[in-house]
Amino acid sequence: MAERKLRVMVAKPGLDGHDRGARVLARCFRDAGYEVIYTGCHQTPEQIVSAVVQEDVDLLGLSCLSGAHRYLYPAVTKLLKDKGVDDVTVIGGGIIPEQDFQAMYDAGLKAIFVPGTTLETIVTWINTNVKPRA
Amino acid sequence: MYFAKEVLESSSKMRQRWEDEVKKLVSKWADQKPEAQWSTVSDLPIKRLYTPDDIKDMEFERDISYPGQYPYTRGNQVTGYRGKYWTFRMFSGMGDAATTNARWHMLLKEGQTGLSTAFDFPTLMGYDTDSPKARGECGKCGVAIDTLEDFLVLTKGVPLDKITTSMTINPPATALWAMYCAAAEIQGIPLTKIGGTIQNDMLKEFIAQKTLMCPPEPSVKLISDTVEFGTLHVPRWNTISISGYHIREAGSTAVQELAFTLRDGMEYVEDVLRRKKLDVDTFAPRLSFFFNSHIDFFEEICKMRAARRIWAKAMTERYKSKDERSWWMRFHTQTAGCSLTAQQPYNNVVRTATEALAAVLGGTQSLHTNSLDEVWCLPSDFAVQIALRTQQLIAEETGAANTIDPLAGSYFVEALTNEMEKQAWDYIHKIDDMGGMVAAIEKGFPQLEISDAAYKFQRQIDSAEKIMVGVNKYVSTEKETIPFLEIDDKIETEQIERLQAVRRKRDSKAAMKCLNDLKAACKKGENVMPYCIEAVKALCSVQEICDVYREVYGEYRDPGLY
Amino acid sequence: METTKKIKGGDIRAASRLIRNLEDRIPEAKTTIKHLFPFTGKAHVIGITGSPGAGKSTLTDGLIDCFRKKGKTVGVLAVDPTSPFTGGAILGDRIRMQRHAEDPGVFVRSLATRGALGGLAKAVGDAIHVMDVLGKDIIIVETVGTGQQEVDIINHSHTVLVVLVPGMGDEIQAIKAGILEIADVFVVNKADREGSSKLSRELMAMLDMAPPSAFQGGWRPSIMKVENAFEPASFGKALDDITTKIEEHYQHLVDKDLIGSRMRRKAIVELNEAIRASILEPVLLKLLGSGEMEGLIVKVMKKEIDPYTVAEDIAKRYLEGCL
Repeated sequence: MAERKLRVMVAKPGLDGHDRGARVLARCFRDAGYEVIYTGCHQTPEQIVSAVVQEDVDLLGLSCLSGAHRYLYPAVTKLLKDKGVDDVTVIGGGIIPEQDFQAMYDAGLKAIFVPGTTLETIVTWINTNVKPRA
Repeated sequence: MYFAKEVLESSSKMRQRWEDEVKKLVSKWADQKPEAQWSTVSDLPIKRLYTPDDIKDMEFERDISYPGQYPYTRGNQVTGYRGKYWTFRMFSGMGDAATTNARWHMLLKEGQTGLSTAFDFPTLMGYDTDSPKARGECGKCGVAIDTLEDFLVLTKGVPLDKITTSMTINPPATALWAMYCAAAEIQGIPLTKIGGTIQNDMLKEFIAQKTLMCPPEPSVKLISDTVEFGTLHVPRWNTISISGYHIREAGSTAVQELAFTLRDGMEYVEDVLRRKKLDVDTFAPRLSFFFNSHIDFFEEICKMRAARRIWAKAMTERYKSKDERSWWMRFHTQTAGCSLTAQQPYNNVVRTATEALAAVLGGTQSLHTNSLDEVWCLPSDFAVQIALRTQQLIAEETGAANTIDPLAGSYFVEALTNEMEKQAWDYIHKIDDMGGMVAAIEKGFPQLEISDAAYKFQRQIDSAEKIMVGVNKYVSTEKETIPFLEIDDKIETEQIERLQAVRRKRDSKAAMKCLNDLKAACKKGENVMPYCIEAVKALCSVQEICDVYREVYGEYRDPGLY
Repeated sequence: METTKKIKGGDIRAASRLIRNLEDRIPEAKTTIKHLFPFTGKAHVIGITGSPGAGKSTLTDGLIDCFRKKGKTVGVLAVDPTSPFTGGAILGDRIRMQRHAEDPGVFVRSLATRGALGGLAKAVGDAIHVMDVLGKDIIIVETVGTGQQEVDIINHSHTVLVVLVPGMGDEIQAIKAGILEIADVFVVNKADREGSSKLSRELMAMLDMAPPSAFQGGWRPSIMKVENAFEPASFGKALDDITTKIEEHYQHLVDKDLIGSRMRRKAIVELNEAIRASILEPVLLKLLGSGEMEGLIVKVMKKEIDPYTVAEDIAKRYLEGCL
């Protein structure tokens, strides 16, 4: 009997090693019934995109607390596009000032979750907006 | 017996009466939350009331004592803050060296009494600004330093013999400390006159902060090199700042922060003893610590008091230290970044203020206070001034500095200090049984404890079992906008140009020779510091020095336990 | 078929998508496997099993290095347990191999068990076929690591590595049937720890006591030691030795004409599983759909009928075509 599970990836691009949020999200996503892969810290955009392709995920969550999201997040979404990966939803979190939100949306992120967001909010958003492969 | 028998008997009667009245009232009007939720932010259960009963087994001399006397529960300094306030030491770094230098001078002018350096991620990880790994990161969370030229700009106009500087740097600590020493030399100041701290604590990197480079064994070797060099040549320098701040920020409880930090300290002592064959009292006085001051006011004060007692016991009982300066647990504190909220950011001023007060009542030697906007960005001038004023206000207006360890003797504070010490020792012994901290890290023990605690806490926030004002209670619908500091992206291009100019102008052969000498020293197991100082003077970059370490020692592969 | 062509052409995205469909039990995926099946059987499949914390992923990461140095392409299927409470899973092996993410010769795919016992996911058997057709020379299958029940790996692998760690309760007496008997190579990992010599001796004694018939074609499992994973030089050497041993084992299978017996074992398992699924699923669906199942459940609960009588009746009706 067919049963689609949501496959999600949590990735930390760049040199930032603050991974408390990423680790908490990994457990949260497991508890929400998803299959979740955490890439670990210090990932290049190339490593992340390669992992996305290899793992056939529905959702990619990017986490960065060093301020380098302005370069890194669009670098990831551009690379996804270049590789023809157009069916993965990308969301972001970390230390992202509001004035940067629009640039992130323009780069293809579908949502940004700032500090103070509850896990329930994130899971509800995902359940509403991201469906596993048709 | 701490209390006279009659006192305890009388207290017992009064307690009975009080408990009966509580029972009566609570059966009519229940408490606001269930018993279990009246706990610290780290889930240590707290009683409704503390009485002489809670500390009746204490012994004054053994457990409380006097400032400057074993076991130092009441502090290391006999004169307390009347002799000297804690150092107002604001962690700062932003963009390029010139911008940071300006911020440093501003803070000094506003009354800060010590410097503290925040580096950007490429520097922290030992990469140059033009490394492909560094793209987008230059200057974003601290100052970009590639070579000694940048460092000289950073320290321009700073009298290195008159002011102490802390540098938050870990794998590349030898390189940056070498730059500091070289900068002092250029200012004509002998190394015996410079004072400061390098964080240089790799164990907590493996546990929590994750600025990683080489595997544990060579990392600890490099640290022991700095301890030895400092002992012999830079006597006023604290060569390790054994840190709990980051462990706490990664989500640990207060007891875990206490236990893992102090156990890390013990690991370093044992390593230096084993490797360098130095007498413990030659280097231990220069080991320093770095704690978090989180939002639960009393838990933090008790943690710091317990820390002093645990360290004093460890140094005397485990390492048979004879010099009391080795028994002092001296520490810097930073208020908790993870307690700040993005929502209603002005509330953060209040959080930082209570956390700072807790650190003062806990007896910190040095303090950084966070700025209200740091959940969003690096601190603006406006926000950092408030943060600095917070410390100055506490020092000058509140009376907190009037008397030493004002909360001593409080039934609650002494009981909680005892409880935290006990639980910390349980963890310490557990890690001992695992074979020490390096072995525990390899097993993933501290990492998983922290992950568990972090997840538990987040679930408690989600369910509003624990409250964060503005986040899950007293939430505003209107958004508060505050001015954000932006680091211009063009700083990266300019820094790369500067770096390339340095590479062009320097004597490449001399630089290469220095790196080869450093490599040979690493292979032979010699102390790397003298070679690092020569290398930075020859304008070798941070990455060039770190690449030598990577080549000789290999790169650490994180076992990724989460 | 489009997907078949892509996978034969080395398209990782198509391969991963197909594995996804296999995991999710999408019917079209079975059709694709049918097309791919004739082209399978070329790769050397290595199974790695051992308790949680034994260091399987770190070893796999090292083996990838060694095989890549020899010019071989590598596929990895890393299995982790599905939470019985939430249905979700943390697929935590990839993080240890992520440094290979940019190497086009390496394809790492994480799978959750989704309730399967035996240490593997149901889809692993077919996922191996996919990687095989994709052109991977080496396919490493890393089991969940609950230890005691993980014998399924033997049905899919040519070479099985059993990873043990001293001081983790991996002493021989603690390990029940199965695990030790499936090993072609024992790896004593973290062998710098206390108890490693004792563990090696116990393994050796166990092998000494085994009847010769236990050693397929005369292959006596080797006991390889790996010390501190944080010492790159010695770790690298230990892994080179293990890789050589794995290749020796494969050569042994070829020389003794034993590849066939391994393939026969896999064929039996695949047939059993496929037949079982082909019959069981439609029967259950029919019973659930018609509502008959609910009635049967109630009768069994009330002890009006026993499950065996029910099953015999259903089987009879199925075989007579009147279910």
